[in-house]
Amino acid sequence: MKNALVNLENITKSFDGQMILDELNLYIRENEFLTLLGPSGCGKTTTLRILGGFEKPDKGRVVFEGKDITNLPPNKRNLNTVFQKYALFTHMSIAENIAFGLKIKNKSKAYIDDKIKYALKLVNLDGFENRMPDSLSGGQQQRIAIARAIVNEPKLLLLDEPLGALDLKLRQDMQYELIRLKNELGITFIYVTHDQEEALTMSDTIVVMNQGYIQQIGSPERIYNEPENAFVADFIGDSNIIGATMVRDRLVEILGARFACVDEGFGENKPVDVVIRPEDVELVAPSDGTIQGVVTHLIFKGVHYEMEVTANGYEWLVHSTRMHEVGTPVGIKVDPFNIQIMNKPESEDEEAVGVNE
Amino acid sequence: MNKKLLSAPFLFWSALFIIIPLCMVFYYGFTDKDGAFTLSNIMAIATPEHSKAFFEAVKLSLLSTVICFFLAYPLAMILANLKGKRSSLIALIFILPMWMNFLLRTLAWQTLLEKTGVINSILGFLGLPALNIINTPGAIVLGMVYNFLPFMVLPIYNVLCKIDVNVLNAARDLGANEAQAFLKVTLPLSVPGIISGITMVFVPALTTFVISTILGGSKILLIGNVIEQEFTQTGNWHLGSGLSIVLMMFIIFNMVISAITDKEGDTNAL
Ligand SMILES: Nc1ncnc2c1ncn2[C@@H]1O[C@H](COP(=O)(O)OP(=O)(O)OP(=O)(O)O)[C@@H](O)[C@H]1O
Ligand SMILES: [Mg+2]
Repeated sequence: MKNALVNLENITKSFDGQMILDELNLYIRENEFLTLLGPSGCGKTTTLRILGGFEKPDKGRVVFEGKDITNLPPNKRNLNTVFQKYALFTHMSIAENIAFGLKIKNKSKAYIDDKIKYALKLVNLDGFENRMPDSLSGGQQQRIAIARAIVNEPKLLLLDEPLGALDLKLRQDMQYELIRLKNELGITFIYVTHDQEEALTMSDTIVVMNQGYIQQIGSPERIYNEPENAFVADFIGDSNIIGATMVRDRLVEILGARFACVDEGFGENKPVDVVIRPEDVELVAPSDGTIQGVVTHLIFKGVHYEMEVTANGYEWLVHSTRMHEVGTPVGIKVDPFNIQIMNKPESEDEEAVGVNE
Repeated sequence: MNKKLLSAPFLFWSALFIIIPLCMVFYYGFTDKDGAFTLSNIMAIATPEHSKAFFEAVKLSLLSTVICFFLAYPLAMILANLKGKRSSLIALIFILPMWMNFLLRTLAWQTLLEKTGVINSILGFLGLPALNIINTPGAIVLGMVYNFLPFMVLPIYNVLCKIDVNVLNAARDLGANEAQAFLKVTLPLSVPGIISGITMVFVPALTTFVISTILGGSKILLIGNVIEQEFTQTGNWHLGSGLSIVLMMFIIFNMVISAITDKEGDTNAL
C-alpha cells in the first residue's frame, strides 16, 4: 500500500514451534486510529512488540515511512510505546520520567521544562512534576505513561491495552481523553484491546484478530453491521448466528422460513451463515411474523429488555424497548437490510475460531 | 494479647542469647578489673598496635567488598537473565558451597595455597615457579571474597529478578541504547540489593578472625584477631569487650550513614 505510514508485510512469528502470527499483512495510514481487537493470546501484543522492535519476526518485513526497519533496535525507531502495565521508572519523579527520552536526545533544559509542563497539561495532571510514580493512582500513572511517550513527538504511538487495569468509569473518561489527545497531536495510534466496545468507540479502523490470523479489517460500523464470518459476528457484540440456505439472490431460508434480504452473488441453494443483531429482531403479532415463536426469557437491562424467543427450534436473542411477558406467542420479522449473510468457514483455521457459546 | 503470648518464647530466647550477652559486653567494656568505670578499654583502640589492626581490617574488607561487587554484579545479571529451570540450577550451584562448613572451606584454601600445597605441586609439576600467596594479605582477601561472594550475588540477583522487563523496554523505546538503559534504569533500581550485599559482605569480613588466622598465619593481625586473642589467650575480657564495642559502633555508624545518604538520594530525586 502506497502512502501508508507503516506496512507489515508477511509477518510470521512462532514461539517454541507454535505459530503465533502467520503471514500477517497490514498497513496503517497516517493519522489513523487503528485498533487490534481479539481474544487473549491471539497475538496482539506480539504484533506491537514486532512494531516496537522488541521482537524480530521469523519472516516478513516492517516498513516505516518507506524504510525497512525490521532489524532496527527500539531506540532507533521513530515511534513510542505505552506498555500494558505502564512501566514507569519508579526511582524517578514524574518530571524525570517524562524527561527521560528528551534528556537522552540532549535537548536543552528550557526545552525539556517546557515540554514537561505542556505534557502534564495535556493529560490533565498539572503540578504533578515532583510526585513519585508509586504515589499516583492507576489512571494517573497511565496518563503519565502516555505523557512520557508523546513528549518525544513520535510519528506513531503504540498502546497495549492501556486502559485494561482501570475501572469502567475511569476507562470511559480515558477513552475520550485519548481521542482528544490524538486529534490535538495528529499522531497515528495503534491501539490494542480485547474490549469490543472500546474498539467500536475509539477507532477509525478495527482489525479483528484470532489465533494469529486477521479475521476482518474495517470501520467500526462495517465490522459491526457486516461481519464477514461467524467469529467476528460473535466477538463483536451479541448476535443471532444461524445456519441457513441462500435460495437465490436476495432470498434466504432461515429455519425453514424464507426471508427477503439484500445480499447477492452467493449462488443458489448455497449453505451460509446469517447474522441478525438482537436489536434488529422485531417482535410482532404472530400472524404478522415471518416465523412464530414463544417468549421464554425476559430480563430488564436498563436501556432495553432482553428476551429469548424460541421459534422453529432456535433461541432468538431479542433486544427491544417493548416488553413481552414470558409465554407470549409472538411473530418474528426482520428488515431485509438487517440480515447479514456470511460464507460458511472454508479452512480449518477459520473453523477453529468458531462460535463459542 | 494472644499475639504477645505467642511471641513470648522468642522474647525469652532473644533476651537470653542477644540482650544479656550484649549487656555483658557493655559491662566489661566500660569497667576495669576491679569493676570500676573506665573508658580506657575503649580508648585502647588508639594505641598504634590496635589501630593498625583496625585499619588493616578495614582496608582488606573494603577491598574484598569491592572485588565481590564487581564479580557479583555481572554474575547476578547473567543469572537473572537465564530463564526457567536452568537459572535455579545455576543458583543452586552458587548456594551449594554455602552449605559446607565455613571453617572447612577456608582450610581447603589453606591446603591449596600452602608452600607445598596442591597449587604449588601442580605448578612445580608443570615446571612453573611456585606462588607465594599463603600468609599474605592477598590470601586473606582471596578467602574473604570466596567465602562472602554468594552474600553479594544473592541480594543483587533478587532485586534484578524483580525488575519488570517492560521497564527496560520502555527505556529502550524512549531512545536509550543498552548501556544507557543499564546506567539509568537497571543500576539505580538495583541499589537496595547492592546496599544489602555490601553490608552482608563488609560486616563479616571486617570482624573475621578465622580467615586471617588460617590464611594469614600469625603475621597479619586484623582487629578480629586482636579481640579474639584478648578473650581466648590473654584473658582480658575488659579490653576485648571495649574493642568489640568500638567495632560495633563503627559498623552501626556506617549503616546509618548509608541509610541517610540513600534517603537523601530519594529526596534529591523529588
Ligand atoms: N516470549 C514468548 N515466548 C513464548 N511464547 C510467547 C512469548 N510471547 C508470547 N507468546 C505466546 O504467543 C501467544 C500470543 O501472545 P500475545 O502476548 O501476543 O497475546 P495477546 O493477544 O496480546 O493476548 P492478551 O490479550 O492476553 O494480552 C500466546 O499464546 C503466548 O503464550
Ligand atoms: Mg497482550
